[in-house]
Amino acid sequence: MTAYLVRRILALVPVLAVVVTVVFLLIHLIPGDPVSVMLGPDATPAQIQATRQALGLDRPLPEQLLKFYARMLRGDLGQSYFLDRPVTTALLERAEPTLVLTVSALLVAVVIGVPSGIVAAARPGSLWDRFLMLSALLGVCVPGFWLSLNFIYLFAVRLGWLPAAGYASLLVDPLAALRYMVLPAVSLGFSQSALIARISRSCMLEALQQDYIRTARAKGLSQGTVTWIHAFRNALVPVVTVIGITTAILIGGAVVTEIVFNIPGLGRLIISAVFRRDYPVVQGVILVTATAYVLINLVVDVLYVFIDPRIRYE
Amino acid sequence: MSEAPRRSWSRRLLSNRNVVAGLLILTVVVAAALAADLVSTHDPRRLDPPSRLSPPSAAHYLGTDEFGRDVWSLVIHGSRVSLAVGLTTMLLTSLGGILIGLVAGYYRRLDLPLMRVMDGLMAFPAILLAIALMAARGPGVWNVIFALSVVYTPRTALLIRSTVLSIRETDYVQAARALGRRDLGVAVRHILPNCVGPLLVQGSFIFAYAILAEAILGFLGVGVPPYVPSWGNVIASGKNVIREAFWVSLFPGVALTLSGLSLNLLGDGLRDTLDPRLRVP
Repeated sequence: MTAYLVRRILALVPVLAVVVTVVFLLIHLIPGDPVSVMLGPDATPAQIQATRQALGLDRPLPEQLLKFYARMLRGDLGQSYFLDRPVTTALLERAEPTLVLTVSALLVAVVIGVPSGIVAAARPGSLWDRFLMLSALLGVCVPGFWLSLNFIYLFAVRLGWLPAAGYASLLVDPLAALRYMVLPAVSLGFSQSALIARISRSCMLEALQQDYIRTARAKGLSQGTVTWIHAFRNALVPVVTVIGITTAILIGGAVVTEIVFNIPGLGRLIISAVFRRDYPVVQGVILVTATAYVLINLVVDVLYVFIDPRIRYE
Repeated sequence: MSEAPRRSWSRRLLSNRNVVAGLLILTVVVAAALAADLVSTHDPRRLDPPSRLSPPSAAHYLGTDEFGRDVWSLVIHGSRVSLAVGLTTMLLTSLGGILIGLVAGYYRRLDLPLMRVMDGLMAFPAILLAIALMAARGPGVWNVIFALSVVYTPRTALLIRSTVLSIRETDYVQAARALGRRDLGVAVRHILPNCVGPLLVQGSFIFAYAILAEAILGFLGVGVPPYVPSWGNVIASGKNVIREAFWVSLFPGVALTLSGLSLNLLGDGLRDTLDPRLRVP
């Protein structure tokens, strides 16, 4: 197991190296002179020269890249000009809302998706099955950000049940936090629940066709026991992978949801950084989210081994 | 498993309900885009402050937005941006994917480095990488296409590579090589044709992703410039007036959903027809 873990972690090194290189190259994709773009039209040539030197942009490209790697290894993501603090500080300040939103949306997606898929698989072709699969298709096609707006109109503007936008920290005011989080989490989680429902349904259908299910039925076990104890556990393996993928999609979706609901997380941070041309912050956000994605997939791969003992890890 | 005769290919495709439904909706959207000037009732860019935020009526089928622009005309014209970005992104990712996939699948020495680069690109959440690329390049239709092509090419490259890997060991490819055909000849004559099916399936999904991603970028204000009528831009302006005028954001979203639905149906149908093994039960 330890050898497996070490090997999996070592395999992350080239991927993360590519991630860091892409983040580095971003500055060089800016058309024209990146420094004058960053500083705006009012900057004097002296200021531009000074900033260029401070950023090391006057050095040859390979040297810049090596220095960038070294900085990243030290955990130094640079300085935000606009916010006047290290990028890591800015990221930490904004991480909580994004984390809370992503986890709540994941909960919504799993709580809606897995049971619907299993119920659909128990009676394939039934009216319920067809209804669920149609909603799953719609869930894939309905854009999450537009769904959020419709939810705001219906539940906040029309019915007045929930606040239209805003955020409260779970640690400060749990009740308000819950009220603020319902709409964002549901609208973000809903479209992913569709994907999870489709996958759980097909995994469950496959599991239900196995010989051991017939044996279990022949033993006289009830339908419920067979479905939930025998088939469910075996259908779980692919579902866990999908949950890993879903989490990655949710991180991206959270950005958009934060804009809709005015949640002060990483999404709002990167979008305002784009408008202010605060490139170190843009780089920091995509670096952190990509790293999170890579680590989540590592955890999923390791979880696999625990859920399915047939998977060997030599 | 019996191989279906080549002749019935198009007939099989048209007997698939998903394909037909997808094609029908897509035809309507394409027709709207092509005949935008005929179908729209107003100039989508014309500001008309006195009639701002009017609800749907005979004069303005889908109402007006906060500047008095006609939402129906905005939605019709918005389909142009969506389809242009979707189609071009699909073509560019297919080209890039074929190139990278063929090289990686064919030259084993380049396989590992190329695949690590693809893995690295795919480690970014798609929309965040697109936002970052837009941050560097600035707003604009071509920059959106560039950003989305960078984001979605790795998936196509992986698909082509795995197709190449499974085809290159077949007897007829081995035979062609034994007969002394050059790598390029083998690739074009024998390997590429096998990639067409998977490419079509993948292409329809990428088309759908690209339309959605374009709308998201526009909604976030980092896509095509705000004065260009695009679904994402209109939904964004509708967000500000959702209390008074729900129709501004509602209708472009319906158009967006229908386009996504048509391409997803088409992709599902193509997959079922072209490769029944990939079918999701």
